[in-house]
Amino acid sequence: MMAITAVTIARLRNLFAVVVLSTLYSFLMATVLVVLDAVDVALTEAAVGAGISTVLLLGTLYLTRSEEAVPVHRAWLPFGVALVVGGLLAFGTLGLPEFGRPDSDIHQHVAPRYLEQGKAETGVPNIVTAVLASYRGFDTLGETTVIFTAGVGIILLLRRSRSDESDRPTDRRDGS
Amino acid sequence: MNPLDYANYWIAMFLLVTGLFIVIARGNLVKKLVGLGIFQTSVYLLYIAPGKILGGTAPIIDPRFSVYSNPLPHVLILTAIVVGVATLALGLALVVRINEAYGSIEEDEVHALDLERD
Repeated sequence: MMAITAVTIARLRNLFAVVVLSTLYSFLMATVLVVLDAVDVALTEAAVGAGISTVLLLGTLYLTRSEEAVPVHRAWLPFGVALVVGGLLAFGTLGLPEFGRPDSDIHQHVAPRYLEQGKAETGVPNIVTAVLASYRGFDTLGETTVIFTAGVGIILLLRRSRSDESDRPTDRRDGS
Repeated sequence: MNPLDYANYWIAMFLLVTGLFIVIARGNLVKKLVGLGIFQTSVYLLYIAPGKILGGTAPIIDPRFSVYSNPLPHVLILTAIVVGVATLALGLALVVRINEAYGSIEEDEVHALDLERD
């Protein structure tokens, strides 16, 4: 179902429908994540992927326009590139561990320690929260920095356009 | 070898390739960003799926369970989702600016306008 949604997004021209389908896609992904026992990630995906992203995309469509132009050339080259990349990646997966096996490498390293000691060391029963806020706290600090930078960038981009309109209406087209 | 053991990777690969195709082939900038989102979610799947253990449960410690899925990929992907929405927002702000400057969000038209101007 996710694959069908993704392919439809690729084919549709009406951007409004594309945005709605991407929301549907995010909800499907969140469901898959619940099945894979990643409940925290599923919550975030449903809130951020289906919620905030949709609001942002719809806001952009409101400010621009919602119909995509018909492409002038056929998309054979990108299709070929995508096929080659996909083939190579699928070949690469054959060396990866099989699904759901408890003896694969990623379950041997640092994760068992988190699961065994995490509650005693941090006092939080949800290990994902414990790792996020305690063991890998610097990671989260870096993430916050990224969001801050993105926010500053957005404010600068959108404010500039408004001051251009009011101060120098003739220069607006020069943009750069 | 059972093909189902690798199905999770192949689904992730398919979504990744679809996202890549949208990013390369479609000229509309909003659509490109949606494609980038699909690309990103495929990576989430690629990370989360190996963390699952069959018969395990979510990594919330409780005396009733003893087998948990791996919490580390979950943490990494939580970070990735939030960073992803930050980049999406920045990209959309750029799209709005491009639309104001050029009156179009099609890559071809913007390129043609650039050539005219030179």
